[in-house]
Amino acid sequence: MGRFKVKKQDTFIDMTPMSDVMVLLLTFFMLTATFVKEEPIKVNTPGSISEIKIPANNLLTIFVEQNGKVFMTMDSPEGLRKLANQMKENDKLDLDAKEVEIFAQAPTFGTPINTMHGWLASDVKNELLTKSKEAGIPCDSVNNELKIWVSSAREACGEGMRIAIKADKATSYAVIKRVMDSLREIDENRYNLITSLKGVED
Amino acid sequence: MAKKGGSKQKKMNSRVDFTPMVDMIMLLVTFFMLCTTLLKPQTMEISMPSDKEDIKEENQSQVAASKAITILIDKDNKIYYFKGKPDGGTDLVDEGKLFETTYGKDGIRKVLLESNPEAVKAVNKLKEEFATKKTSNVQEEVKVKAEYKERLSKIKNADYTPSVIIKATDEATYDNLIQVLDEMQICSIGRYVIDKFADGDKLKIEAYKNGPAQ
Repeated sequence: MGRFKVKKQDTFIDMTPMSDVMVLLLTFFMLTATFVKEEPIKVNTPGSISEIKIPANNLLTIFVEQNGKVFMTMDSPEGLRKLANQMKENDKLDLDAKEVEIFAQAPTFGTPINTMHGWLASDVKNELLTKSKEAGIPCDSVNNELKIWVSSAREACGEGMRIAIKADKATSYAVIKRVMDSLREIDENRYNLITSLKGVED
Repeated sequence: MAKKGGSKQKKMNSRVDFTPMVDMIMLLVTFFMLCTTLLKPQTMEISMPSDKEDIKEENQSQVAASKAITILIDKDNKIYYFKGKPDGGTDLVDEGKLFETTYGKDGIRKVLLESNPEAVKAVNKLKEEFATKKTSNVQEEVKVKAEYKERLSKIKNADYTPSVIIKATDEATYDNLIQVLDEMQICSIGRYVIDKFADGDKLKIEAYKNGPAQ
């Protein structure tokens, strides 16, 4: 009768505020999401103190892989579609409508023009890019397809298109020089070099 | 009494358990957090001289020999520099003499900063001046930033800043080039150019290697 009554504690926690915050966070991340683009080649960019952000739209990226292979990509499928149609107009590369669509969906391209049809028909595009010895856009003085691609892209996307070079740290300067010289020959003198952020040591 | 008890409405608990919902949302948040690239990669803007002859000549005449520094980037992370013209000709001390240096703050940066004291001072002053000008007004901030940029480029391109010529051998890596370009930014040098590696430069490096006692 004189028993001490233990007060029954309610263990139920109100989750409503927490879920409110979570939904807010979720919305934020969903809206700001720009997904990591699939890149078949691994490029380890050098660090730089430069803090200029890369423009997100209308960007032509030239990848230079460690071994010197050159690939290209554009930021959107529309850009790639325009590029493919421009190449057709310039009589450089004749793709039919279906191939243009495959081309537009490909994350990165980079095969010599004469093997382009075979590459587009293949199921293992990325593997071909990384494994095959013939992959990569030729940009030497004898056969410079890089110039064709870049000038076509310039025609297709207009003056607002930016060119960025994303090269691996360990790439030899000889390759970079070839790419830069190719760009210079077609009067593309302003471009961006993609780097990752690094602090100034002082 | 019994009747009354029977008609008593059962108290419904209107509280909904949110825990599973929170669990799920947490999962989604994590997914989006890991998949997004919030940090966009940085870039360096670079403009190369055009291939057209007329522009080239005009640029060349601007490079005063006494204010020129040539940086040679060689393989195995080696870096050399010399001041002035490669074969001498002006009254500069140590003109054309090759020095080996290193990357980073104690090497090439020191050299460049020493040859560019006016601009470094001016940039520091500019930074101090604009540090106090921070406003919360967005429109004003854009204006201030534009002014800052304009004045910075004015300092960088002033007559007293050195002109730097960067030359790299084929065996040099891209990282080396970026590091040197980085130093240009750190040392407030606005006038620099990436040039072709000439045979003369090669001979110079070889001579340096063979006779380090010079």
